[in-house]
Amino acid sequence: MTDTTAEKPIFYQLEEEHAAGATGLGFWIYLMSDALIFATLFATYGVLSTSYAGGPAPRQIFELPLVAVNTAMLLLSSITFGMASIAADEDRAGATRLWLIVTALFGAAFVGIELYEFSTLIAEGAGPQRSGFLSGFFALVGTHGLHVLSGLVWIAVMLAQLGQRGLIAENKRRLMCLGMFWHLLDVVWIGVFTFVYLLGVLR
Amino acid sequence: MSDHLARIVFGRLTWESFPVHEPILLGTFAVVVLLGLGLVGAVTKYRLWGWLWTEWFTSVDHKKIGIMYMILGIVMLLRGFADALMMRLQQAIAFGGSDGYLNAHHYDQVFTAHGTIMIFFVAIPLVVGLINYVMPLQIGARDVAFPYLNNLSFWLTVAGALLVMVSLFVGEFSRAGWLNYVPVSNLQNSPDTGPDYYLWALQIAGVGTTLSAINMVTTIIKMRAPGMTMMKMPVFCWTALCSNVLAIAIFPVLTGAFALLMLDRYVGTNFFTNDLGGNPMMYWNLVWIWGHPEVYVLVLPVFGIYSEITSTFSGKRLFGYSSMVYATVVITILSYLVWLHHFFTMGSGASVNSFFGIATMVISIPTGAKIFNWLFTMYRGRIRFELPMMWVVAFMLTFVVGGMTGVLLAVPPADFVLHNSLFLVAHFHNVIIGGVVFGLFAGMTYWFPKAFGFRLDPFWGKVSFWGWVVGYWVAWTPIYIVGLMGTTRRVRHFDDPSFQPYFIVAMIGALIIAVGILAFVIQIGVSIRNRDKLRDTTGDPWDGRTLEWSTSSPPPAYNFAFTPIVHDLDAWYDMKDRGHERPAGGWRPIHMPRNTGAGVIVSALALVTGFAMVWYIWWLAAVSFVGLIAVTIGHTFNYDRDYHIAPDEVARAERARLSAAGA
Repeated sequence: MTDTTAEKPIFYQLEEEHAAGATGLGFWIYLMSDALIFATLFATYGVLSTSYAGGPAPRQIFELPLVAVNTAMLLLSSITFGMASIAADEDRAGATRLWLIVTALFGAAFVGIELYEFSTLIAEGAGPQRSGFLSGFFALVGTHGLHVLSGLVWIAVMLAQLGQRGLIAENKRRLMCLGMFWHLLDVVWIGVFTFVYLLGVLR
Repeated sequence: MSDHLARIVFGRLTWESFPVHEPILLGTFAVVVLLGLGLVGAVTKYRLWGWLWTEWFTSVDHKKIGIMYMILGIVMLLRGFADALMMRLQQAIAFGGSDGYLNAHHYDQVFTAHGTIMIFFVAIPLVVGLINYVMPLQIGARDVAFPYLNNLSFWLTVAGALLVMVSLFVGEFSRAGWLNYVPVSNLQNSPDTGPDYYLWALQIAGVGTTLSAINMVTTIIKMRAPGMTMMKMPVFCWTALCSNVLAIAIFPVLTGAFALLMLDRYVGTNFFTNDLGGNPMMYWNLVWIWGHPEVYVLVLPVFGIYSEITSTFSGKRLFGYSSMVYATVVITILSYLVWLHHFFTMGSGASVNSFFGIATMVISIPTGAKIFNWLFTMYRGRIRFELPMMWVVAFMLTFVVGGMTGVLLAVPPADFVLHNSLFLVAHFHNVIIGGVVFGLFAGMTYWFPKAFGFRLDPFWGKVSFWGWVVGYWVAWTPIYIVGLMGTTRRVRHFDDPSFQPYFIVAMIGALIIAVGILAFVIQIGVSIRNRDKLRDTTGDPWDGRTLEWSTSSPPPAYNFAFTPIVHDLDAWYDMKDRGHERPAGGWRPIHMPRNTGAGVIVSALALVTGFAMVWYIWWLAAVSFVGLIAVTIGHTFNYDRDYHIAPDEVARAERARLSAAGA
């Protein structure tokens, strides 16, 4: 500062610079906050997982083959979403929409099987009111299912918007967010499958 | 109408739900209706509805949203403080034979509403409002990262606040304390609407707070002016960043805990019940995993405010900038590891209690470092004792006492004695009033001229200052004393008459604080009337050091005609020091986001959904919820979200500013 001969620094940016989009980061942070909701539900389930209150234990009610099929549905839907993303990268709008529809079908199958599982459990008298363990189970698995359902709604909206405007920059950005959302649900499900179902029947 | 049909149409809402037999509520209702009608009449008479809608309600400008947050916080402060006065009066007279004037049912709602409102609808909106207003200006940005989301966050907070206010006149509020503790809030113990009002209000507002926090963090990370590295960022932005990161880390837990309690109450699950495998202490753990860090969500930005003010009014660079940043980060992390100190008495054993006790005590180290940094900033500075600086000094003297009683409470054996006593209540009022509230007043006084172009009247500001500071000490010192002698909290009636003098003194203190609040309201009125005398045309009334002072007051919609380039910490001081020259031409179109009404509509529908759920009006809840989703989806089909401010318009605004500064 004492050097007065030094050139004065430039204090104003005279040319406009376009800031990099912040949506990716913002949505990523949102996903992390959503992951914390799941963390809360996992922790709750962990605390209550042996509170059977004289009711059924996991081994008596979980049907692993059914859950395995369900897991396959969700994992396949993640693969097909990946195909949709690749198609979008290559600017093939038709293929993107087609893969999204396939993804939605797998997702719908997942939700359908889950609803079947829930209705069977409730019919057996193992509903969410029966014990702390079942409350925790239904809250965790049900919240995940609700997320998949919202994902399905979002895919429908995305399909409409892709139909209206094609693969414009905004829609590509939205597709990327939707993809992150969908894949996160897959990751969460891996946790549910391992922690709830597999460890459940071992106990 | 048959009973059955009425139940379908109105749920459990009946004529008995309106508390017409409670004279206090009836009187309040009359006053609220009169004031409300007056306000609506005035707005209609001066034809302000259109202006309010287009310029304010639908605005995505972070500055306007910030101001609206501040108004919400101040209005709710009046409500929360009225509750406080009611409690102080009750406790001052309900001794021995006297039963006071509030029955237990009512008193329990008053203390629950007081805490809920003060934290969720006063402290949070005021802190979020200041961050909203100041932070984008300090980092040289034109708006936040997600302007529409910002508008939505604000209105969701308003919807939550309105739901709490509705509970005053339709049905009742929770009686389970400000965190709605189970087992009191379980369905079997509170079958009324109270806990449901609480849960829906806070879920709606909580979504708003979470979205706002995501928005602010993204803004700070992505939108800083060129040259502003993280370690050249103003301390207030650092504390805002840490506070919002913390908010993102804790609010989902609260949302989860409240959702589970809702399931217990609506579906009949067994998360927090006493039978069928439920675990009430799990609720305590979950809400305090939110609750303790929340204190830091509030106080960290306020520490930032103190830092900015101390440095500006001492005419010096902040002492130990990097230690201040590290201290903030350390507090952020530690605050997540101490929640269990709120229930040492749960019986988790010596090892667990020791861990949480020690973690709690460790927080006093970075906090102490901050106090020393402020003191050393003042040391050998040319201190100007204007109002903001007075608040800083009052904060340091008051807050240190609260900090020390906090360390005392962190010692598990001491906590076993003091748990749930008025000593604890005095402690957290000590840190929240002496820390958060004083800081908010300091910040409001400091940045008011930036927001409105004129200063606040110093005389009434000083009356307000002394009212708050003297009132705080008169009100809470006796509470510390009776608490140490073993008085428990949330008590409506006392048998031992020897305590009465203490509670009378406490009530006098509360009245002195009331003078402070009244003086603050008068101060705003007087300042608006004398605005020409208090006008500041320079945009830099305090000889500030950070970028918000480099633009005009109030700043134009686009904040900066040209984005500043940052070379040093205290960027504006650096620019003044090295002789910057404002460009006088070469204006370019400025890219700005467009206003939208979607946030207001979505929040209004959320409010209706919440109200319908509280009263079991299932059809209305379903309709409004579907409407909410439909409006949200509809909004995503709007791709035309921004526009450009033409260069002529920028030129006109900048010329007006120059001529005002010259005049």
